[in-house]
Amino acid sequence: MSASERCEVTNWQTDFDHTAPEYAADAPAIWEGLRETCPVAHSDRFGGTWLPTRHEEISAIAHDTEHFSSRGVIVSVFEPDIPAPVGYAPPITSDPPFHEVARRLLLPAFSPKAIRPIEAPTRAFCSQLIDQILAQQDSTGVVDAAELYAQHIPVRVIAHMLGVPAEDGDRFRGFIHRILERAGQNEEPVPPEETMVFYILEQIALRRGAPSDDLIGFLLDAEIDGVPLTDEHVLGTIALILLAGIDTTWSAIGASIWHLAQNPDQTARLIAEPELMPFAVEEMLRAFAPVTMARKVAKDVDLGGSRLHEGDWVLLPFPAANRDPEFFESPNEVILDRQKNRHAAFGLGIHRCLGSNLARMELTVALQEWLARVPEFELADPEAVLWSTGQVRGPRKLPIRILASNAASTGKETL
Amino acid sequence: MRITYNREACQGHNRCYLLAPELFDVDDEGYAVLLISDEVPEELLAKAQLAVDNCPEYAISMTQSMPESGSPT
Ligand code: HEM
Repeated sequence: MSASERCEVTNWQTDFDHTAPEYAADAPAIWEGLRETCPVAHSDRFGGTWLPTRHEEISAIAHDTEHFSSRGVIVSVFEPDIPAPVGYAPPITSDPPFHEVARRLLLPAFSPKAIRPIEAPTRAFCSQLIDQILAQQDSTGVVDAAELYAQHIPVRVIAHMLGVPAEDGDRFRGFIHRILERAGQNEEPVPPEETMVFYILEQIALRRGAPSDDLIGFLLDAEIDGVPLTDEHVLGTIALILLAGIDTTWSAIGASIWHLAQNPDQTARLIAEPELMPFAVEEMLRAFAPVTMARKVAKDVDLGGSRLHEGDWVLLPFPAANRDPEFFESPNEVILDRQKNRHAAFGLGIHRCLGSNLARMELTVALQEWLARVPEFELADPEAVLWSTGQVRGPRKLPIRILASNAASTGKETL
Repeated sequence: MRITYNREACQGHNRCYLLAPELFDVDDEGYAVLLISDEVPEELLAKAQLAVDNCPEYAISMTQSMPESGSPT
């Protein structure tokens, strides 16, 4: 195929819409079809968007910051308004060389050793949530594991890291809903004092007078070459942590519970062989990777037989890379103890998820606590499971029927 | 067998540290630190292989320390 033409294919291949409910419900099957017929698909939607589905091209894009810029990471009809290299939410929207500067500031706060002290309180919080779920359960035994369990865990953890009151978590979910899930489709204007920007600026102002040892205080103290960060930088980074850390982790926890609910033998095996958990967690992340990123083409470039032009959008479906049969054996099978698992759920290249150690800890603890208390469960109604649309994919409605449960919570100090 | 670790390729996924803490530590920024430069002890070979096979950035490899010692198994 010449480099200047697109693959000649029909419907999903030429006109895909990654925000459609059909995509949300059945993405793995769509990638499989595309991989075989049109590994770099194109759609005119959103001003021109490409969709690679093989690990090879996805990895190549993620590693090529010369041709692919992070100034736009969420595909939309709007042009990102703050240009690279800084972008509106450093470091995720930053390109080299500024990216490294913005990222290195944050790395120590998210290293495995920095995350460790949060593990015990996260465990206690999960256990407390399950206490509440079991107490509220009616005679049907049906509970929504996405709404009552998965979504609350990352919200509380982020509130703890930022050093804001635990109750503010409810507001975070509102921000995420407006900014990520319904981007550009909000009917009513939001009163200024209810916006995320207002909230974060208020938190910054509170700490200007009284230094704090939380993440916001840490950023206010941080300097680049002896100069304190600009307010835009602090605001953008806090906004990023708030938005990047919540629905992503919520999706991973929910998808794992969704899978186990349908595979009682795997659930039983995980309970009987707890040493499998580290492998099982990575396998869940591989099979149900929640995050698809995007890039803007910075310079014309050939990819998988097509010519990509400056300004085009390119989706980076890490979840599709994770299902590529060229890269993984039996990619559509969940193998709890998969030994060879170079999954890309946390991205590839320089933007590797900064929160990956935190997310991995949350997913591990959430599953361990769930299995300890709810060892037998099933999907109450497979048709009622609702997957989110857009670039973060996970169950938002997940009715589970609890078939067996254990009482007794430890009563340890929670978040 | 010896382990080769490429710090330039490492992006701090921390998979090696989780799978083989006897062989890898992490620094304050979350990048891997290889703990041994000699032969990998027999009992840690399986863990070393896991570290190699799970690094998303191919930053870790194992090499035969004595090329004349026959074909790799
Ligand atoms: C299972 C949960 C999560 C998944 C699947 C996930 C996935 C990702 C992916 C794929 C990227 C790469 C972006 C790119 O290439 O453009 C990324 C970046 C990032 N993630 Fe996560 N994430 C998760 C949880 C978190 C959490 C809990 C936090 C923080 C509290 C977080 C903060 C970030 C940040 C700050 C970046 C930008 C890093 C950079 O650009 O250098 N993420 N994440």
